[in-house]
Amino acid sequence: MKVVALPEYCLGCGLCEIYCAAQHDGWNGNVLKAFKKGKPVNRSQLMGSSQWCWLNTCMHCTDAPCVNGCISGAMQRDPDGTVYVDTERCVGCFTCVMLCPYGHVRPWQEKHQVIKCDLCRDQKGIPACVANCPNGALQLLVEEVDAG
Amino acid sequence: MARSIMTPAFKIERDEDRCIQCGVCVRQCANDVHHQDEDGWMWVDDEKCVACQRCAVLCPTRALSIKEYPIDFRSNQHWTSPTIREIYAQAESGGVLLTGMGNPRSYKNFFDHLLLNASQVTNPSIDPLREPMELTTYLGNKSQNGSEGEKPQLELDIPIMFSAMSFGSVSINVQKSLAAAARELGTFWNTGEGGLHSDLLGYGKGAIVQIASGRFGVHPDYLENSAAIEIKIGQGAKPGIGGHLPGEKVSQEVSRARMIPAWSDAISPAPHHDIYSIEDLAQLIETLKVATRYRKPIAVKVAAVHNISAIASGVVRAGADILVIDGFRGGTGAAPMRIRDNVGIPIEMALAQVDSRLRDEGIRSQASLVVTGGIRNSADVLKSIALGADAVYIATAALLALGCHMCQMCFTGKCNWGIATTRADLTKRLNPIIGSRHAINLLTAWSHEIKEMMGGMGINAVESLRGNRLMLRGIGLTREELDLLGVKPAGE
Repeated sequence: MKVVALPEYCLGCGLCEIYCAAQHDGWNGNVLKAFKKGKPVNRSQLMGSSQWCWLNTCMHCTDAPCVNGCISGAMQRDPDGTVYVDTERCVGCFTCVMLCPYGHVRPWQEKHQVIKCDLCRDQKGIPACVANCPNGALQLLVEEVDAG
Repeated sequence: MARSIMTPAFKIERDEDRCIQCGVCVRQCANDVHHQDEDGWMWVDDEKCVACQRCAVLCPTRALSIKEYPIDFRSNQHWTSPTIREIYAQAESGGVLLTGMGNPRSYKNFFDHLLLNASQVTNPSIDPLREPMELTTYLGNKSQNGSEGEKPQLELDIPIMFSAMSFGSVSINVQKSLAAAARELGTFWNTGEGGLHSDLLGYGKGAIVQIASGRFGVHPDYLENSAAIEIKIGQGAKPGIGGHLPGEKVSQEVSRARMIPAWSDAISPAPHHDIYSIEDLAQLIETLKVATRYRKPIAVKVAAVHNISAIASGVVRAGADILVIDGFRGGTGAAPMRIRDNVGIPIEMALAQVDSRLRDEGIRSQASLVVTGGIRNSADVLKSIALGADAVYIATAALLALGCHMCQMCFTGKCNWGIATTRADLTKRLNPIIGSRHAINLLTAWSHEIKEMMGGMGINAVESLRGNRLMLRGIGLTREELDLLGVKPAGE
């Protein structure tokens, strides 16, 4: 499973980033509370300009370089195929940041850890970015997971 | 230059308790109303706001609301607030006031004064969920003269088509949405006077291609790759005047589709320079029939004006297979405000009069009657059919389904909804997959409603309702208006 960005329909409005941030770190998708009470951090980042833009989101690679290169076992793949970071284990070596071929995984300086898309795996339903894209520019692609 | 005497038309209210400074409004406004300074403060420029509602709709915390600017000129029934503002605008610009969409004035709306019938006891009503209902409609000349045989017909699964909106006045994604929706719904869309974009060649057979006074994009393949050909004489929003697509909207792609130089104004003259009489019109109709080997119906679109019934009679006698009448509520991408608001007549009156006239003259079967201009819902469709129309065209309703918020600023080319623009960054705001789904949903809903209402009347085929004015009663109309519409008053 992964989120596919369609640049031809991306408005660059940034709602994906906002809902992404509010979906994580215990804010439960409450945008108002998240941004008024805290400093929520988005996992995926909007790239480009208004002419050509897209959400740089995780491809959840089958043979993921970030998982293979992780020195502490923090970067993991769950049985559904979602690649995520176990924050308890991440030591902030940033090997995965350098290995990610899509430039998606990035440092989270305040916590000295890394941050990446987890397909909102702690929530029910489809990822917040897909659910809140106003133009169908983000699509959830469900495919067979290669268990190996 | 002195400070403007104009106050803003709209006021943007930002609820600071809800605003999270995310900047979605800044990124989405093509009119540059919103901006965020280096300290993160949000600012608005009310003067530039057109009330398209894009920012308010996309704001994730619903912090924005747009209201009419609370300036109350001293109350005056004659010099109303819009009247005063229009004078200020002209005093500062010296120009003709431009506007978009249809006539918004408070003229009497006859659709709202017509009531539909329903069956009770003496004749059974029909449940459309249990029994078949027929909405199939054929458009074309149905008279059989001698050995000529059957004339070409358009077959519609629902008596509703998408009206002419050219590529250039609307974005390519609007046409893609409507073309795909028309194919799915078993009806037709109309290219408008802008040629056919190469991406839409595959949708040509589902299109009514238009030929208007500018003759933009007309060539043999354009005529051949179509379902029917429509000669546009007039448009309900601006009868008597031509069109003007500003050079800024004539992008490379528009230039290719229209076959004109890029970034040059595309001006459609007020008259067709080869049509100055019914006989001239007959020549063009015949020319097009010959060019397409009599395989396609030829439609002629005229605006509803004072002597419309005589014009209609002439057009049908000139050989038109489909007569399209556009009422004064019809929309546009750009029209002078005075023309839009003051020229033409209501479509209900024009339709009733034309249908009666063609019947009286015994030529009603020679042409199908399609009406357009302000059809808002399925009841308007049904009332039009009962008054005598074969089918209707919708455009404004279709654009609303695609996201239009009726700010009436189509002519600026800065449509925030990706509809009336050719700018690439704005065009992509309308995803044709979502757009076509909305258009399909709208007409599917309307056809359900039409079947419900027809069933209620005890009618199971739209053919039986056509011109059946006994199914209508007028309410709040004068005797003269009732006579013109050919309907009885409620209670009679």
